[in-house]
This record gives sequence, C-alpha cells and structure tokens, in this order.
Amino acid sequence: MSFLFLDEPAAPALSDYLPLLLQGVPVTLEATFVSMVLVVASGFAFGLGRSSKTRFLRLPAGFAVEVLRGSSAIAQLFWAFYVLPYFGVELAPFVAGVAVLGLNGGAYFSEVVRAAFASVPKGQTEAAIALNLSAWFRLRRIILPQALPLMVPPFGNALIDMLKFTALLSLVTIQELAYRADAIRSVLAEAGPVYGIALLLYFAMSLSFAAIVQQLERLANRWAGRPDSRTRGQRARTSAVPRWAFPGR
Amino acid sequence: MGRRPSGAAAITIANEMTFQWDWGFAFQALPSLLRGLVFTLEATFFGSLLAFTLGLVWAVVRLAEVPVASQVIRLWVEFLRGTPLLIQLYFLFFIFPSYGVTLPALETGILGLGIYFSAYASEVYRAGIEGVPRGQWEAALALGLPLRRMWGRIVLPQAMRFAVPVFGNYVIGMFKESAILSTISVLELIGQANIVSAETARYVEPLTMAALIFLVISYPAARLVRLLEARLSAG
Amino acid sequence: MLDSDVQPPDVTRSSTGSTLLRMRDLTMRYGSRTVIDSLSLDVKPAEKLAIIGPSGSGKTTILRLAMGLERPSAGTIWIDGQYLWHVERNGATIPAGDSQARRARRAVGMVFQQFNLFPHMTALQNVAEPLVHVLHMSRKDARERAVDLLSRVGLSTHLDHRPAQMSGGQQQRVAIARSLALRPKLMLFDEVTSALDPELVGEVLRVIRDLAHTTSMAMMIVTHEITFAGDIADRVVVFDHGRIVEEGAPEVVLRRPQSPRTQQFLKAILER
Repeated sequence: MSFLFLDEPAAPALSDYLPLLLQGVPVTLEATFVSMVLVVASGFAFGLGRSSKTRFLRLPAGFAVEVLRGSSAIAQLFWAFYVLPYFGVELAPFVAGVAVLGLNGGAYFSEVVRAAFASVPKGQTEAAIALNLSAWFRLRRIILPQALPLMVPPFGNALIDMLKFTALLSLVTIQELAYRADAIRSVLAEAGPVYGIALLLYFAMSLSFAAIVQQLERLANRWAGRPDSRTRGQRARTSAVPRWAFPGR
Repeated sequence: MGRRPSGAAAITIANEMTFQWDWGFAFQALPSLLRGLVFTLEATFFGSLLAFTLGLVWAVVRLAEVPVASQVIRLWVEFLRGTPLLIQLYFLFFIFPSYGVTLPALETGILGLGIYFSAYASEVYRAGIEGVPRGQWEAALALGLPLRRMWGRIVLPQAMRFAVPVFGNYVIGMFKESAILSTISVLELIGQANIVSAETARYVEPLTMAALIFLVISYPAARLVRLLEARLSAG
Repeated sequence: MLDSDVQPPDVTRSSTGSTLLRMRDLTMRYGSRTVIDSLSLDVKPAEKLAIIGPSGSGKTTILRLAMGLERPSAGTIWIDGQYLWHVERNGATIPAGDSQARRARRAVGMVFQQFNLFPHMTALQNVAEPLVHVLHMSRKDARERAVDLLSRVGLSTHLDHRPAQMSGGQQQRVAIARSLALRPKLMLFDEVTSALDPELVGEVLRVIRDLAHTTSMAMMIVTHEITFAGDIADRVVVFDHGRIVEEGAPEVVLRRPQSPRTQQFLKAILER
C-alpha cells in the first residue's frame, strides 16, 4: 500500500535513532561520577562539621543540611537554573546541574559520614590519646580507616540514586540519556518503546554499579582488618521467617 | 514550564538592576501555589497508599520463596529501584494512550509514584518482618496459634514498629518527589510555580516561594517522624 | 630477662623529688552523680600500686583521670613536673587546656580492658606507628624497637598478624608492648584481664609481673586478681564509693584489713 504514500517520507524507525540514544549514556555516566565526587566531598564536609564539638562549625553545617534535604531536588534544580542568574550567578547548565545534585546528595550522605564516625569504638580514640598521638593523626590514620568500610554500602546506594537523579538534568537542557529519549519520542509515533529501552539501559548501569560496589565493600573490609562477613558461596538460610509461615509451603 | 532567559538577557538584567524581591508579587502568586499544593498532597496521599499496599504484596511473595515468582519479583523490585522515576513516569504517561486508555495526568502520576515507592516499601516490610526473632514464631506455634493470628497479632505488629518511622520518611520523600509530576503536566506545586513564572516572566519569587513551602511542610514533618521513631523504639 | 633498653632514666634525674604522681582533692561528677569524692593520692617513682574495690567505686575513673582522658570536676593532677590541666604563672596555678594536657601526658601510658588495638594495623605497626609519629623515630629504628618489645612479650612470631587473627591474651600483650614503647614513667593497667577467657589470663599476668620486676616504671594496677595484686604491689589501695577506705602494704590490707568495707569486699570476692 506504500504507493499511496509516495510523497510521504518513510516513517522514522526507532532503530535509526538508537545510536543517538546510546550517545546519552556517556553523558549520564559523566554527570553521575562528577556529582558523586561532589557528594563525597560535601558529605564529608557537612558530616565532619556536624560531628564537630565547636558550635561555630556544627550549627551552619546542620542548617545547610536541613535546607538542602528539606526541599526537593527538582525544586533546587529549577531554582539554580532560573533564579540564580538574577543574582548575577550565571552557571553553565552542566555545572549548575551537577552542583545541585552534588550538594543535595552530599547533605544526605553527611548523615552516613556522621554515623560511620560515631560507630568507631570510643576505645580507639582513647588509645590514641593515651599514646599521645596528635588529633590529626588520630583522625586520618586511626578513625577514618575504620569508618570507611561502614560508608561503602550507603555509598553504593547513593551512587545508584545519583544515576537516577541525572535523569532530572534532562529538564534543564542537559543532553543525557533521558533528554535524548524525550527528543526521540517527540519524533516517533510510538512513544513507549523508547522509554522502555532507556529504562533497560539505566537498569544495566545500576546493576553494574551494584556489582562494583560489592567488590569495593569486600576490599574495604579487608583493608580495615575485618574478616569477610560473607564467605563465598555460603548462602545460609538464616532468615527469621520459618518455612511453614506461608500456607501451602 | 518556563523558558530559560537567554544568556544575553540574563546578563543585562544583572547589570542593569540589582534584583529587587517583590513581596507583593510573591504573595500574589501564593493562591496559585496553594492550589498546586493541594495536588501535591493528593498525589502524596494516594501514592503512599498504593506504595504501602503493593509493597506488602512484593514483600510477602519474596519472603515465601515461591520458586519462580519470588525471583521475578526480586528482579522487578531491583528494576524499580534502579531506574529513574522520571522515565518510569514518562513510560506510563505515553504508553497508555497507545493502548487506547486515557488516564489523566494526576492519576498516572499517582500510579507512577505508588509503583516506584512500593519497591522501597517492600524492602522495609522485608526488613521489618525478618527482624522479628525466630523465637516469636516458635512460641506462637507452641501456643497453637493459627497462621492468620500469628501474622496478624504477633509478627506484623512487631514488624510495623520498625517500618512505620521509615514509612514516615518515605511519605515525606514522596511529598518532595511529587514535584516530578510537573513534567507530565500535573499542576502541582512546582508546576504552578512554573506557570506563574512563564506568564509573568518573573522567575525568582514563585520558585523560591515554592521551595519555601516545601521546607515549611517537610521540616516539621521530619521532626515529627523522628519523635515517632523515638517513641516506638523506647516502648 | 633484663632489657636495659626498657629501664627509664635514673630516677634521681627527674625533677619530681620523691613523687611522680600527685592527685589532690580530686572530685569527678557526672551530672548529679559523684564518682570520685575529694580524693588525694600520691604515687612514687617505680612504685607498684594495686587498686581494688567493688564496681562503680571509681577505680577506673581514677585511672582515666591520671591518663588525662577526662578532666576532673575539681582538684589538681600533677605528673612528673607538670600539671595535667593547669599551668603555673607567676606562682599561681590557672586552668589550662588540651595542649597542656598533651604535654603532661607524655609520662603516662595506659593498657585498656578492651585492648583497643588498631584493627587495621598489624601487631608490628600497632607498636611502631606511635614511635614514628610521637617520638619521631625513623621507620627503621621504630621497627627494630617494636620487634624487640614484641619479642619481649612473647609475640615474635605474630609480628605481621592483625588483631582479628590473635587471641585476647595475645592482643593484650601487643597492647602492653605498644604502651611500653613510649617509655612512660607511669603505666596504668585498667582491669586488663577482665575481658579475657580464663586460660588466657595467666600469660598477660606473667608479662606484667615481668615488667614489675625488671623495670623501674611506676605502675597503677586496677584488678580483681587479688592474689596477683598482693604479689607484685608495694602498696594496695581500696576504693569504695569514690573514696579511699584503706591503704597500706599488701600483707596488711589483704590479710588483716582494718576497714569493715575492705573486709566485706574481700570476703565477697574470695568466696567465689
């Protein structure tokens, strides 16, 4: 029946646009990693600030964290993008986006940092004091190495969260995966499949991240002198829920 | 959704006038914003309902270790947690018309929020239920309690002790995430703010007021949840 | 097994005269609870002091105060020529802060009930690192000294082991070597065998006994091992409710105690 439509160009097919879609993946990854650097940096800054004994550090850090966590990331993104220019702050889209995601994520991560440091046994600090080690040495070589492994699993979660948050950057003109999926969708007749493929790409990325983080966790535990909590191949059914708790089993 | 002022215009504005916050305009915009807030709250409420219901379903299937279904649900939950809510919403928003179903934007948004958060809720349910010591089950069995009573009177109440504060935080999280519904043309809080900005070409006041409204609601709510948590863990 | 390396400098060279540690009118309050009540205690150089008493009597607190881990609510602590929490200016003593405490702490070392070894370091590193960073020894010298000390406590085969790979008794011996490395004039032992399985207690007590007989370090030992305390102590001090209820030579305090409190305590503990 195609002769009836000789004048019309052939309908665009999804496969034509696939390469374009895939080009969004590096952008997404870049945004994720750069944001995570900021998350860790600001997370430590806020976390250490909030653990500090001096009010001069503790209160501003606490305030910043509450404000950043109090409103949604989207609102903050729009605010940084549309409102800041009026105050003379003109940032490139990528920079603004990554900065917002990084600070927002850092506010959440600061709680992880704070809790990890608080989990290091007090005896370690006391031993360091008794040995007359300087406070800086104590923080850097005694406390931090022991706090680090505790931060790895939440870091993994934060990493995957950040991957998802980068999709929001599409709303402020950054051409990562979600943006491209949007653009392609507006050209095609069938919208669903594009997003379906995008979802699968994101899923693939987050599964990879999860596997990498698991390895990191193992490494960190070994470095801190903790025995491996999960010996390979051992999946003991130590669940509290008994087999007979479900009818028919 | 407002358009970003062009670079040149933004610099001109910055150079020509020191920005003046217009309180009058800020308060003028308030009614529209509050209208949007109603939708935000609606989305949060029904989304939470859906999330906590579905979440229990996923959790039970996984805990029961049904041969195929449990693995599928496990993958499904990982999928929901590992992909952006935004794309999930877009998917729902655009897939329904293809099959001839017209679901209004708000309902689609509620569905999207509910399904996404149900994945997180299921993990919380699982943790809560797994957290009930084996001894409780065995004592219940020794007392001859039927399964339904075991679940309803012994296990779930203890699981909920753990779960409720976490759910409280999820509700607050959903409240903030609901802003994402503006991308599928729901006129909730941020959506309204963007409309006002676009109509009046004033971007600062509406968005800042919206952000403030978020803060004013979520901060006390977070304190309340923390209080609840303290109460529940002490008892 | 004498190791001349471990002997501190000649006692008469120190500026303290005949007192190493002087605690005066110490009071320690936590909120409304008074844990130490106007207590005074002196320790002479090379003196071995055993501190016994019921739980909550303030024994551990007095050690923590001597180590400078906590600041007393009232009173002064003077160690080897310096105050822990005060400085002397123009003849008056005025309160001072952490940096003064750090200076005064140099003369004191402590071994903890929970060992508190650094889990991410090997036994060797646990002992050597403070030498490098506090005494500013070269890595080579620090390593040599660490090996020497660890051999002394019988752990020459465990140098590269991490705490997780060692028994409680071994860990505690590493902890002793670690504190010993800094050559303190006063060593504090806070119930160092209480957290150990019974069969591991002996090896740690042996090391402490060896130190008592071969070094001229002063020691304050808080312990429930009454017999051991009697063996090595020059003086026994009995605590109760934040006060000293009795002190004297071990033969007197442990065999013919004067205070009814001491009698009660010894009866209870020896009847186990």
